[in-house]
Amino acid sequence: MPKADPDPERADPFILGEAHPGDLGVIIKVRTGDDRHRDGLTAAEIELRLLEFGFVEGARVEVLHEGPIGGDPIAVRVDGIRIALRRAEAMNVVLAPEAA
Amino acid sequence: MTSSRIDTVALVGNPNCGKTALFNALTGGRQKVANYAGVTVERKEGIATLPSGRRLRILDLPGTYSLRARSPDEAITRDAVLGRLADEPAPDVIVCVADATNLGLVLRLALELKTTGLPMVFVLNMIDIAERQGIDIDVEALSRELGAPVTATVATRKRGLETLLELAASQAEGMRASPPSGWREPSATEVRAAHRQARELMRAAVRPPSRPDTLTGRLDSVLLHPVGGVAILLGLLFLMFQAVFTWAAPAQDLIEAGFAALGVGAAAVLPDGWMTGLVVDGLIAGVGSVLVFLPQIVILFLFILLLEDSGYMARAAFLMDRIMGGAGLHGRAFIPLLSSFACAVPGIMSTRVIDSRKDRLTTILTAPLMTCSARIPVYTLIISALIPNRTVGGVLSLQGLVMFSLYAAAILSALLVAFLIRKVFWRGGSELFMMQLPDYKRPEPGNVLRNLAQKAWAFISRAGRIILPLMVLVWALSSWPAPPVGAQGPAIAYSAAGRLGHWLEPIFAPIGFSWEMVVALIPGMAAREVAVAALGAIYAVGGEEGALAGILSRQWTLASGLAFLAWYVFAPQCIATLAVVRRETGGWLWPAVMFGYMLGLAYAAAFLVFQASRALGFV
Repeated sequence: MPKADPDPERADPFILGEAHPGDLGVIIKVRTGDDRHRDGLTAAEIELRLLEFGFVEGARVEVLHEGPIGGDPIAVRVDGIRIALRRAEAMNVVLAPEAA
Repeated sequence: MTSSRIDTVALVGNPNCGKTALFNALTGGRQKVANYAGVTVERKEGIATLPSGRRLRILDLPGTYSLRARSPDEAITRDAVLGRLADEPAPDVIVCVADATNLGLVLRLALELKTTGLPMVFVLNMIDIAERQGIDIDVEALSRELGAPVTATVATRKRGLETLLELAASQAEGMRASPPSGWREPSATEVRAAHRQARELMRAAVRPPSRPDTLTGRLDSVLLHPVGGVAILLGLLFLMFQAVFTWAAPAQDLIEAGFAALGVGAAAVLPDGWMTGLVVDGLIAGVGSVLVFLPQIVILFLFILLLEDSGYMARAAFLMDRIMGGAGLHGRAFIPLLSSFACAVPGIMSTRVIDSRKDRLTTILTAPLMTCSARIPVYTLIISALIPNRTVGGVLSLQGLVMFSLYAAAILSALLVAFLIRKVFWRGGSELFMMQLPDYKRPEPGNVLRNLAQKAWAFISRAGRIILPLMVLVWALSSWPAPPVGAQGPAIAYSAAGRLGHWLEPIFAPIGFSWEMVVALIPGMAAREVAVAALGAIYAVGGEEGALAGILSRQWTLASGLAFLAWYVFAPQCIATLAVVRRETGGWLWPAVMFGYMLGLAYAAAFLVFQASRALGFV
């Protein structure tokens, strides 16, 4: 059961693309973002790839590390598997906070 | 039961699941490595023999997370499984290889593979590690829920291989000749449903680790540290290049001495005349001057293979992604570019892991700027000839520092070129960066040695097949026509090569190249390191005694030598690279672009270095 978090904004759902090492949550939504129209990469394609790497509703995510420049990319653990991804793509993953 | 044909078993799995180790264990040395027709994806197949004497053909397919292929490598896996390849009928059995410690993603892949209708065996590889972590897998429940036989193996210890082969063989008996038809690209909804099903499977059959692996987490907190991690990466690269020079030296001395003795021996046996010149100066000296770099190439590949096998390469890509991204490169381009430090040809071929065509082309175009091992012979020769052998600050060798700066110049220019390619040829962002960070593991000595032997052999056979004939050609060109009686100066000045060098000299004069240097560039087109053998031939035929470096230190000015080094940082002198770019891009356009821009950069860099050095008084 989630405990009350001292950080008020953490009580609300948060976006993986804005999370920091130590943040924990359960995915409540993998969004179909805006089409970026680059290299033929549609929003649907990004969603599918997130899903294929295990970013799926109900998966437990822990942010482990961030990259040396601008904190990008990030390394996360998704249901026990370590995945590296850029914040731009992680913006499509919405999490409900979970106490550590 | 006897079978008139050999059944084919395709190994499919996520990247880093130990699939190739399993393939090696199953097939032993009986492997065939080739390419699929029309594409340059490596095709690895081998034969496994059951205790009954029955044989199975094993196909190792590129790792993937889904049959919905995104890169040429993954497309091969999809097409091979679905029987869409012209030269490869659909497999009789799929063996879905899972890393027993990480089942989540592969279970979803297994469910997707099942929709093809092909018989399948699910194998829990690395079961020993899972057991050590206290992961409890109910094999029967998993098999029941998955609807496929499940077995466990430890590829590196050859555990469970017979059971796996027998399961695969009996599965091949069951269904026959029903072409895979059930698969189509799943929608997001279907992928979600498959994940739910995979999670149910996990819940029913797998008890999570009671002693989870903490090593990877602890190592990552150091190796992925924003400051410490980057410092360690740079330190590793620096150590790698220092090692290439210091560790290789004793072996190189031995090879050098061996070929020198061979030359003396041959000269004593052979009659005087052109025959002796051909064998001693052309063949023996030529082959020796190239093979002497084998120890360095082996050390470089050893580092790359160890980093790959241990799981560190993915971390390097993570740390480098933003820096590479700033230059318009994908984080995954780090691995092809790092491989290009050994040789651009495997580097360019490994760009197939990059999904987007534009990202891939950018990486291909910049890969030859990475300092490949074929440049090492040229660099070491010029550096040992012209740069004093002393230390700076008591610890660093000045020669090593010059070498390091040549590598640094190459890396910086590659980033700059990638950036410009992005600006000139195409705009917009780059491809997705999403990759698994595999658990760290101790590199498997057998795998590393097998790979290392393959790389070393590729270099040796290249030295034999391409470089040797060229060196004989260079020797002939620089020996004939012979000088007229009573002529002044070295004999080579009158030869065909000398005349060509003289003829081209005015073009190269502004960058400080003498005609001998120009002559060496001509065969150096075939492969960069041939220039060393060519210089050896030119100066040996020119009638001087002593080591090549000694000759160069007397004949070349420092300014010319530095210009030659600068030329070599950029020059597109490798026919093999241009050929592989043509093959990978499907036309002559991109090889032509590559040749043009690199030649331009080489001339400009050599010009700047030569003029600046002269202005500084380096003569």
